[in-house]
Amino acid sequence: MNDDATHNLIEVQQLSKRFGEQVVLDQLDLTINSGDSVVIIGQSGTGKSVLLKHLIRLLAPDSGRVLIDGEDITDLTFEELLPIRHRFGMLFQSAALFDSLSVEENVGLGLKESRHYRANEIHEIVMEKLDMVGLASAADKHPSQLSGGMRKRVGMARAIAADPEILLYDEPTTGLDPITADVINDLIVELNDRLKVTSITVTHDMTSAYKIASRIVMLYQGKVQFDGTPDDIRSTDNPVVQQFIHGRATGPIQVR
Amino acid sequence: MIRPISGLGSFGVRTVSRFGGMTIMLGEFFYALRKLPRSMPLFVEQMYQVGVRSLPLILIISVFVGAVSAWQAAYQFKFIGAPLRFLGQAVGKATVIELAPVLSALVFAGRVGAGITAELGTMKVTEQIDALESLGINPVRYLVMPRILACLFMVPLLVTFANFISIMGGLVVSIIGVNVSSETFLFGFRDSFKLTDFLAGLTKAAVFGLLIGLVGCYEGFRTRGGAQGVGLATTTSVVTSSVLILVFNFIFAMILFRL
Repeated sequence: MNDDATHNLIEVQQLSKRFGEQVVLDQLDLTINSGDSVVIIGQSGTGKSVLLKHLIRLLAPDSGRVLIDGEDITDLTFEELLPIRHRFGMLFQSAALFDSLSVEENVGLGLKESRHYRANEIHEIVMEKLDMVGLASAADKHPSQLSGGMRKRVGMARAIAADPEILLYDEPTTGLDPITADVINDLIVELNDRLKVTSITVTHDMTSAYKIASRIVMLYQGKVQFDGTPDDIRSTDNPVVQQFIHGRATGPIQVR
Repeated sequence: MIRPISGLGSFGVRTVSRFGGMTIMLGEFFYALRKLPRSMPLFVEQMYQVGVRSLPLILIISVFVGAVSAWQAAYQFKFIGAPLRFLGQAVGKATVIELAPVLSALVFAGRVGAGITAELGTMKVTEQIDALESLGINPVRYLVMPRILACLFMVPLLVTFANFISIMGGLVVSIIGVNVSSETFLFGFRDSFKLTDFLAGLTKAAVFGLLIGLVGCYEGFRTRGGAQGVGLATTTSVVTSSVLILVFNFIFAMILFRL
């Protein structure tokens, strides 16, 4: 904590989570420094999204704990979690826009319900954030009228609406065409630079990972298999990592 | 030999855990009530959605409930040789005590309970409920509390309306089909009407409303999987609340109408 430029912002300690018989996270340890742009890669079903959801306690661990700036969030109540959650913004896998609300209402909902802003302030902030993702003209539309890429961008605008310090992206490019995916990647890089946030991105898209990451973490069998820079990962001789980043069906990873 | 027993056991465990979960949600509902002023616009919107928009359906079923009860009562009277001037008493009692509260609640469970579960279940599987939490919005205050409260208020109102329409339905049938004059029918109804019966019916209706809202929200929140999961949750919601309505109705009968 003494070095303000980079400190241990998030500490995940011995985190375990299972769903029924299936062990998803197995005593996982991970530390994230402020200012990092961490990309978490791994096969589908290795618990990447589950890990992300633990960071803001959308899921509670079976054992282990999550510390944010040294504060254990495992046993906090909804009210006690509020100040922690306000430091985060999250983009969900399918954007998770509220379909009964317009784009403008979606982006402004968190601000409105926090009751710290007046209506005209909310309108200004929302339009500024929508402008940042290039969708100011879509403010009055409803989510059903938007394409997949546009929904993700609205989801990003909603995630950054309250000026969070930490952004969580759950598979931001999944289901998008390569060009739209690259637009999203550029946007993530741009927002990280402009807003000076710490970001954690979950993906299995290596193009996206290389573009966004200052650090890449690979999950395998509920544990951290690899942790290093994009250059480290390209040159590692770890067979599990090699199989994944080159997308080979044969190797140490058994496809069930 | 083992399979049916273990099946029964796991059904028992699931049922107990389900009612445990509902009890917890009921506690969260009451705790969230202190935030009612903040959720007022959502509550008003839900009153419109679950209450006002159920009026046409309640109107239609009530007309026929009243009509058939007058017809069947007359048929039984003829069979046992009872005088038809008691038709108003019979239809009035049956409607106010049992028919209007129970049948309205069952129809309401099918329309509103199913709607709540399908909506919240879809929000759950598309991560919209997670998104609310990530924005620091309590899903119980924002989604659950306005819905349960709206059901709690609107079912008794709808039952009051159903009482009136059913009596009118019975009156029309007794005049046209049974040949009992409106004076005779209404005299019989007034003669047997007790305010306590009417209030007992409304008390039942309020509890049924609470049950429908609670089961609807609970099943929505525990939905898993995709479209199939939403369909399953919706079915479970309607079945569970219908069964609970009939069970609670019997308990009410024993408490409120002592032999």
